[in-house]
Amino acid sequence: MIRIENLSKRFGKLQVLKQIHFTCNQGECIALIGPNGCGKTTLIKSILGLVVPDTGEMYFNNNKMNAQWSYRSKIGYMPQIGRYPDNMSIGQLFTMMKDLRKHEQHILDESLIKTFGIDNMLNKRMNTLSGGTRQKVSAALAFLFNADVLILDEPTAGLDPLSSEQLKEKIIEEKAKGKLILITSHILSELDEVVSHIMYMQEGELIFYKDIGTLQNETAETKLSKMIAKKMIENKQYA
Amino acid sequence: MKVNLRYLAGCMLLVLLSSWQSNARTLYVGKNHDIHEIKKAILLAQAGDSILVEKGVYKEGNIIVNKRLVLIGLQYPVLDGEGKTEIVTIQSDSCVIKGFKIQHSGYGTLEDPAGLKIMDANYVSILDNIVDDTFFGIYAQYAKHCIIKNNRLTSYGKEEQQIGNGIHCWKSDSLQIIGNTIRGHRDGIYFEFVTNSIIWLNYSEKNIRYGLHFMFSNSDAYIGNVFKNNGAGVAVMFTKDVKMFNNTFEQNWGDAAYGILLKEISDSYIEGNRFIENTSGIYMEGASRVNISKNVFQQNGWAVKIQASCMDVNLNHNNFFGNTFDVGTNGTLVLNNFNSNYWDKYEGYDIDRNRIGDIAYRPISMFSMIVEKIPSVMILFRSIMVTLLDKTEKLLPSITPENLKDDTPLMKPLQL
Amino acid sequence: MHKIIKYVVIDIIRNRIVLGYTFFLLLISLSVFSLEDNTAKGLLTLLNLILFIVPLVSVIFSTIYTYNSAEFVELLLSQPLQRKTIWLSLFSGLASSLCTAFLVGAGIPILLYETSLTGIMLVLCGMLLTAIFVSIAMLAAVYTRDKAKGIGVAILLWIYFALVFDGLILFLLFQFSDYPVEKPLMMLSFLNPIDLTRILILLRLDISALMGYTGAVFKMFMGSSVGLILSFVSLCLWTMIPLILSVRKFNRKDL
Repeated sequence: MIRIENLSKRFGKLQVLKQIHFTCNQGECIALIGPNGCGKTTLIKSILGLVVPDTGEMYFNNNKMNAQWSYRSKIGYMPQIGRYPDNMSIGQLFTMMKDLRKHEQHILDESLIKTFGIDNMLNKRMNTLSGGTRQKVSAALAFLFNADVLILDEPTAGLDPLSSEQLKEKIIEEKAKGKLILITSHILSELDEVVSHIMYMQEGELIFYKDIGTLQNETAETKLSKMIAKKMIENKQYA
Repeated sequence: MKVNLRYLAGCMLLVLLSSWQSNARTLYVGKNHDIHEIKKAILLAQAGDSILVEKGVYKEGNIIVNKRLVLIGLQYPVLDGEGKTEIVTIQSDSCVIKGFKIQHSGYGTLEDPAGLKIMDANYVSILDNIVDDTFFGIYAQYAKHCIIKNNRLTSYGKEEQQIGNGIHCWKSDSLQIIGNTIRGHRDGIYFEFVTNSIIWLNYSEKNIRYGLHFMFSNSDAYIGNVFKNNGAGVAVMFTKDVKMFNNTFEQNWGDAAYGILLKEISDSYIEGNRFIENTSGIYMEGASRVNISKNVFQQNGWAVKIQASCMDVNLNHNNFFGNTFDVGTNGTLVLNNFNSNYWDKYEGYDIDRNRIGDIAYRPISMFSMIVEKIPSVMILFRSIMVTLLDKTEKLLPSITPENLKDDTPLMKPLQL
Repeated sequence: MHKIIKYVVIDIIRNRIVLGYTFFLLLISLSVFSLEDNTAKGLLTLLNLILFIVPLVSVIFSTIYTYNSAEFVELLLSQPLQRKTIWLSLFSGLASSLCTAFLVGAGIPILLYETSLTGIMLVLCGMLLTAIFVSIAMLAAVYTRDKAKGIGVAILLWIYFALVFDGLILFLLFQFSDYPVEKPLMMLSFLNPIDLTRILILLRLDISALMGYTGAVFKMFMGSSVGLILSFVSLCLWTMIPLILSVRKFNRKDL
């Protein structure tokens, strides 16, 4: 569904992405993990077209992404820190987003709006919201258009345990529908029940991209965090 | 015996004069009279006779008045030159031409055909005529003690070369030009080598070149005239002892137009005039000992442009309102005097309440100095930079002439 | 595209600064016309104000607004929308609201008091100047990441066009005062939209008689229909070129 070939990006002197190469398919739920500053967010932003890569090709359903934009209608994106126009209220934001994409054929998925209780605070202005509420709004927006691909950047950061759980359930539900889901997170334990694949990045390089089963076999661990830790030590030895 | 002879001669002259008096006749010209033509009447008349011309159109070519006659038109009979000739030529002293409509003279630059021409004659009066579409209007040469009064002159010139002047006076003396209205000529009133004359209460408008053009004419006065919307305003050049009182110079607006252009003028007075909406109110070059006082300068581009060649010009007790530039000059040497005027741009104060500003006013802006040196800088006119430059120069004068200032600026305008 | 413009305009109206700008212009133009008994003089005073205020307000407001709408732009970018569309919508929203503010604040009084070609030209020029400086502001904003620096750059650009450029012209005129400078001067004036506007309007007012030979040369060219069309084309180019440059930069910008 998404194919990345030889993707490289540098910000000034810093090489953020080095020759990234992978293909991911429908029905996968990928955890994109790695230490801070390893290039996770840049990779996601490249896929979304927010960052323009220096070299490399990206394909969405075998169509080139570069300088295209219509593929983004198939992606729901939840940013790490949701930033929205200050002067707008939540209600206006949702109305605007729906209005802007009115011409597309969607079945709107407003379930998260209800689960998070956002419909009770539609009149609140964006600049008065707490970090958590912002995250809720971001999540609700990402799922709103029922996109085939969901990209969630640190989805549970700042959410209270209940909402966090609700979001996880929603992710599982969507995965069951056969969607491709890409999640980045630091908190590995949270992803245990959700992910099917692990993508591990370090210093701009994609170290490995494997499904959980294979990893379990390789590391003889069942816990995700343990698996990763083992792999990381392995990796250091190589280096 | 000698005494007797003189006495006798005196008596005879008296008798002769009285017999002339009594023999003066009045001839009538018109459809209903024996004489149908003016020319015939002049031929029949004797010196001292009057010729009354009835209403009608007289196309008689050039009418030459070579006797001492009084010609009076009744209800404005029309003398038509049919675009071919001069219309009335006066060659005799003491003639009167009154109440005619004189139209369509010939035109040409060699002969200077006019509606009415006084040639080498004195004591001639030209009164109440309407002069329409003529090359020159009223033309006087070698004329003395003549009166040109209450005539209305209109012409339709398009270019300077194709039209003559309205009232053109050359090498004459003691003329009185009073209450005439002149439109559409080259120069409204033209004076060259005319002395001891007065130009009073005339209205000169929309002439192609100057409303009044004045050269080598000493000891004249012009008073209470209006010069409005002429191509180049009024020019007074190479003359001494001119008095210009209570005239209005208005809307002489254009690239090279002036309220008055003064060139090589000395010992003259400019008082009580109004200069309104002229590109330059007064432009002075080589003027000396000229008194300019009690004038009003309003809404002019430059109120006064005074070149460095002027000296002993006294510009005192005038009012300046709403002029783009108050004073312009091209040098730093100032031998003139600018005191006790009212300047609407003055921003000073009067603490001792003597109605005189406590700090001097500098009527010249830096920008106008620069423009005088490099005229093309005018393209920056009204730009923000120029405004800023002027403000700084006002605070710290550097290139504007140090002495060009009014030390006793008035706080309130004079009642003029 | 028109939907994004709609939201930009709604946001700007909610901002109230543009509303204040409108009232400010309205207050100034009405008081100028009621104080000056001569409308031509009023027009002249207003010309000075327009040349000063309109570029300044347009450039500063647009720069700040562009920076402040970074979130909005980011939000839109993750949606199926073309980058060009988003950027041009932002421009159109800004330009149209500021132009409307100018039209209401200054345009209507001008057209009421001075319904002549000159009045119409002044209004048109004011709107073009607005668009030009919105476009320049967005170019400055897209090239500088830091907001404070970007605003600084925008103000410097305004100072350049409003002051420094004329200073340079003055300097050149001093240097070449012995040469016929009219034609090069005319070409130079096309390099500054503020100067071009000022000269275009001045030449149409009586005041042009004060401008001497240079003024006459300018009038001969800019008064002709070819010169007039060329002037307006160049004002339009002044809007287009910075805008195109900023779109190109924005297309390649990482957010």
